Amino acid sequence: MATLTINGQVHDVDAPPDMPLLWVLRDLLKLTGTKFGCGVAQCGACTVHVDGAPLRSCMLPISALADRAVTTIEGVGATPAGRKVQQAWLDLEVIQCGYCQSGQIMSAAALLAGTPNPDDADINAAMAGNICRCGTYVRIREAIKRAAKAV
Amino acid sequence: MALFDRLPAGPAPQSRLSRRTLLQVGVAAGGGLLVGFLAPVGKAADQGGDPPGPGFAPNAFIRIDRTGKVTLVMPQVEMGQGVYTSIAMILAEELDADWAQVTVEHAPPDEALYANPMLGVQATGNSNSVRAFWTPLRKAGAGTRAVLVQAAAAGWGVDPSACRTEAGQVIHDASARRIAYGALTGRAAALKPPADPPLKSSADFRLIGKPLKRLDTPAKVDGSAQYGIDALPEGVKFATLAHSPVFGGKVAQVDDSQARLVPGVRQVVVLDDMVAVVGDHMWAALQGLKALNITWNEGAHAGVDTAQVRERLRAAVDRKGVVAKSVGDVAKALGDDPVVTTYDVPFLAHATMEPMNCTVHVTPAGCEVWTGTQVMGRCQADAARITGLPLDKVIVHNHLIGGGFGRRLEFDPVTKAVRIAQQVDGPVKVVWSREEDIQHDVYRPAWHDRLSARLDGDKIVAWKHVLAGSSVLARWLPSAYVDGKDFDAYDSAADMPYDIPNLHVEFVREEPPAPPTGFWRGVGPSHNIFVVESFIDELAHKAGKDPVAFRLSMLDKAPRLQAALRLAADKAGWGTPLPPRCGRGVAVQPSFASWIATVVEAGVDEEGAVTLRRVVCAVDTGIAVNPDTIMAQLQGGLIFGLTAALFGEITVENGRVQQSNFHDYRMLRIDETPPIEVHVIPSGEAPGGIGETGVVAAMPALANAIFAATGKRLRSLPIDREVLAGRRKA
Repeated sequence: MATLTINGQVHDVDAPPDMPLLWVLRDLLKLTGTKFGCGVAQCGACTVHVDGAPLRSCMLPISALADRAVTTIEGVGATPAGRKVQQAWLDLEVIQCGYCQSGQIMSAAALLAGTPNPDDADINAAMAGNICRCGTYVRIREAIKRAAKAV
Repeated sequence: MALFDRLPAGPAPQSRLSRRTLLQVGVAAGGGLLVGFLAPVGKAADQGGDPPGPGFAPNAFIRIDRTGKVTLVMPQVEMGQGVYTSIAMILAEELDADWAQVTVEHAPPDEALYANPMLGVQATGNSNSVRAFWTPLRKAGAGTRAVLVQAAAAGWGVDPSACRTEAGQVIHDASARRIAYGALTGRAAALKPPADPPLKSSADFRLIGKPLKRLDTPAKVDGSAQYGIDALPEGVKFATLAHSPVFGGKVAQVDDSQARLVPGVRQVVVLDDMVAVVGDHMWAALQGLKALNITWNEGAHAGVDTAQVRERLRAAVDRKGVVAKSVGDVAKALGDDPVVTTYDVPFLAHATMEPMNCTVHVTPAGCEVWTGTQVMGRCQADAARITGLPLDKVIVHNHLIGGGFGRRLEFDPVTKAVRIAQQVDGPVKVVWSREEDIQHDVYRPAWHDRLSARLDGDKIVAWKHVLAGSSVLARWLPSAYVDGKDFDAYDSAADMPYDIPNLHVEFVREEPPAPPTGFWRGVGPSHNIFVVESFIDELAHKAGKDPVAFRLSMLDKAPRLQAALRLAADKAGWGTPLPPRCGRGVAVQPSFASWIATVVEAGVDEEGAVTLRRVVCAVDTGIAVNPDTIMAQLQGGLIFGLTAALFGEITVENGRVQQSNFHDYRMLRIDETPPIEVHVIPSGEAPGGIGETGVVAAMPALANAIFAATGKRLRSLPIDREVLAGRRKA
């Protein structure tokens, strides 16, 4: 039994300690907004925040999460950076199929929370770990800059 | 299904059938107005629509309820291409609906009701959703609007022609009266739609041509959007599977003793060609699968490798094929000393971000399927075939698609999940690992092309193109594969836009023993435009002409493409100076009824590394239903194509695919993506297809840019850095 704090709520889950957070979220807690893409931290679709830092939940064992706060796409709208990013994504119509976008939004929100006015190099560094097969990168870059300007 | 009760096969008792507009008007289950319309299928579509016979049954539906909510029951699926929004816009335009009250529902599987008018099966593909529904939906919208106006006018005792409509209301200005569509549905349901309602002129469009927000976006920013992989029916178990690593291999023996010890593993399902582990969660299933010791009978394909496939394709172009097009006397015009060259393109995986998955619950009484598919009807039919259940006992719940790109035109993940679910008590979600997804795809075919041409001064006077590869059509839609003709295989090769007096295009079908091949975003043109536009570029340089001027001089019969090319060249600064080792490449295409010119600017360093500097694209796609969606599709499509050109290659050794995940099947990333400009040319022509066009455009434009930068002509993909660094010959 493990105790996890996710989006401000405490959950007791019956899961082995080496089980990655991704599958606990999706299969046990029914928080399916966090996506499975590759299983080896190559694509970023499973990105969540742990104490505000963007991490790949597919390789993150829940044993590493005691006393740490997890935020997922379902909860990121409650943070100032997350809300701005979601709004910019809507305003610029970033999304196509949308499958990778939970991860893109989580990476972008973490970037803005730490770097309120990112330049292109900051965006590249923060976002290069997130693959989008539909190729929405041009708009992701624009939307991050727009979110940075939002009040 | 929460749609409405399925209409009877014939006209409903209270329906009024109009022979010319093919509209059926009646009362919806639960009240409100139901309008069925027929989008002509197959040959009827080619002939502009046969009049409906006594068995007339509509294949698409509009429902307006008493609150005025308009629901389009749509057979096309949303996979990121924006079709939900674009098709709803077409209907709402002619109906003068209140856009805020328009919603879209997935159609249930039913080939007879929902066949795609251009494909003849219930499928979303070939960039034809907007093209196929453009006219039928406009007529249906206009006819529905007409009965609503008639109903209002009759209630007021005024002439219908004195009424107008706006945002879901009928308005009689003279008496300052207005009434909402929802209040008219009862009366309208008893009326006869006009024989041929007039359609709006494009100058009167209120929605079409506007960058309206997509209907599917809000749920995709907060994690609430439901893809197939998110289905969680009550009591679901989680499974993952292993296929034979060699295509076509069978299970010989399975030792599952270690797998059964993994906490959370519930069951090991051994079938003749795959093994699945079922557990309380995906982690248990994955760990359990890893702990299995499986021995495979590798079968006939254990010796297949890519080099062998290539050899077979090379040999095939010497065989006689099927003539796709022949004009003039090519043999004579080519003469004794034509320019001859060959091109090769590789197998490609789809690598949708949402890995293959399907959730199934089989009971003696029925089968329920949760998935995201481009072919609903085929999924239902196959589940019925496997389970032996009648079709109406198989329920398919379609979902948003986390990337289709042609992969979800195949239903093998459904077949496999149903077979696994037959062995499991209760519902089971079968999710493929990324490795299984990449190694057991249905791949874009590899091709080999031989091209010959003759220049007379700076004009091409003879062109011969022989292409060898798979016929996807022959397997996927055999009814359309007649006399060996595969219109997809030579799409955009046989119907080149250039004015060449002697032209011969021939297709030699050569199926690889493995791997299986299928449609991939860009289909036939993804290969043909690369080959044609690369060779055109070679000939331009041979003729000593500028590549843009050379193309323009042969496009007098394709003025829309000429205009696109002039615009793209102008916006890209064609001919202006660039830094050393940088170049611009151009490509044009007539594919999917959209006319597109693309300029890629790229740099190549001494180590052969390619930097994408800028992409400029000009598109004439006819009436741009939603210009923002068109730009998005081109931006994304170009990145998809640049990815393929730079990295895309599936290789086979000992019958096994060698790539397995994103580290060795690379995707372009944001830090490698150049600025992309898309210029949409205003047009009054009927809309063209757009979803696949960018993919097609990117590959030759990049290869031509690399030639301009380095003088090295790349006649195969992906781009070989070793060749660009001078360490290997092209």
